[in-house]
Amino acid sequence: MTLAEWWRPSAPSGPHCDNAVVTEQLHAITVLGHDRPGIIAETTSRLAVLGLNLEDSTMTLLRGHFAMMLLGSGVASGAAIEDALAPLTSDGTLSVTVRAVTADDSRASGGTPWILSVHGGDRPGIVSSIVGEVARIDGNITDLTTRLSGELYVVIAEIVLPAGVDPATLDAAIQRVARELGVGASLRAAEADDL
Amino acid sequence: MSRLRDWTELELGQQGRVLEVVRAPADVLSGPGAEVDPTAPDVVRLAADLVATMRVSPGCVGLAAPQVGVSAQVFCVDVSAHPKTREHHGTFVLCNAQVIESSRNEKAREGCMSVPDLTGDVKRASRILVRGRLPGSGDEVEVRAEAFEARALQHEIDHCAGLLFLDRVAGAHAVYARQTYL
Repeated sequence: MTLAEWWRPSAPSGPHCDNAVVTEQLHAITVLGHDRPGIIAETTSRLAVLGLNLEDSTMTLLRGHFAMMLLGSGVASGAAIEDALAPLTSDGTLSVTVRAVTADDSRASGGTPWILSVHGGDRPGIVSSIVGEVARIDGNITDLTTRLSGELYVVIAEIVLPAGVDPATLDAAIQRVARELGVGASLRAAEADDL
Repeated sequence: MSRLRDWTELELGQQGRVLEVVRAPADVLSGPGAEVDPTAPDVVRLAADLVATMRVSPGCVGLAAPQVGVSAQVFCVDVSAHPKTREHHGTFVLCNAQVIESSRNEKAREGCMSVPDLTGDVKRASRILVRGRLPGSGDEVEVRAEAFEARALQHEIDHCAGLLFLDRVAGAHAVYARQTYL
């Protein structure tokens, strides 16, 4: 079962109109704050009542802080979603944002996927310096994780390089910046094997 | 081992049909395939169909019966033309195959014709021993496979058990939207 199927309630009880044209709208929802068990269950159940269909989502803990972003489509208005999620914020430990977004599923970039790994002693400017080199050649970061563990700082980024860009040129630029920062960096192809 | 290396689809005695490849979500991809009689004519025909469909699919190194809509433990593999291949056994079809031994896990990113828009990081054994039966003769064979061929075999055996690579991904952030190459 896909997440979308799991998410879709069997009998939506959200807003409906008998005579008007109902337009589905995509909303971006963020939930941030102090972690505790049950946040996702409460959030998703409240959205299910609105008949919202959960599309892409991601959730992680950042230094123990709960951080979730999700895209939900349905006929519910942004105000209705905010109202439904308001109880989550009542004790002041969580914040919720809701905003309408346009559907954008354009993955036909023509680029190639790469994985950039950076690790070394923590110091200001590692991410900005390294990703600056990626931006300089119009590389697009599609996924990014950074972790601080003691003194060790780790950056893992998924990058799409535009067609025509020489990865060796980017790698050389990254290695130069990495040497200046005193960190290690590697760029490797993320091609998947079709089986 | 030589029994397998010498095997070709000519043993099936028929030209297979090119079938449509099923995409997830489809029930046939999520349930365990039935054990088959490898000597049964419909199984031999299925074997030929799998090879024919694999041959016309660009980059395809293996195809399992559930991927053509048949819930059965039959799959074909041919990694001989893949750039990552070292050792291989050419083209072969196995029925009711099982992994008998496995060791040396390695993680790699996989894609699948039945899940065309996603890829995922999957840890699999890089040395395996697989036992199964050849379609037609029904001969029992053992395949000792390594590296890329081992990964392909496990991927297809998983299909026969109703498992996709999505069932094996290394974590919640180990699934990726595939870039479309123009």
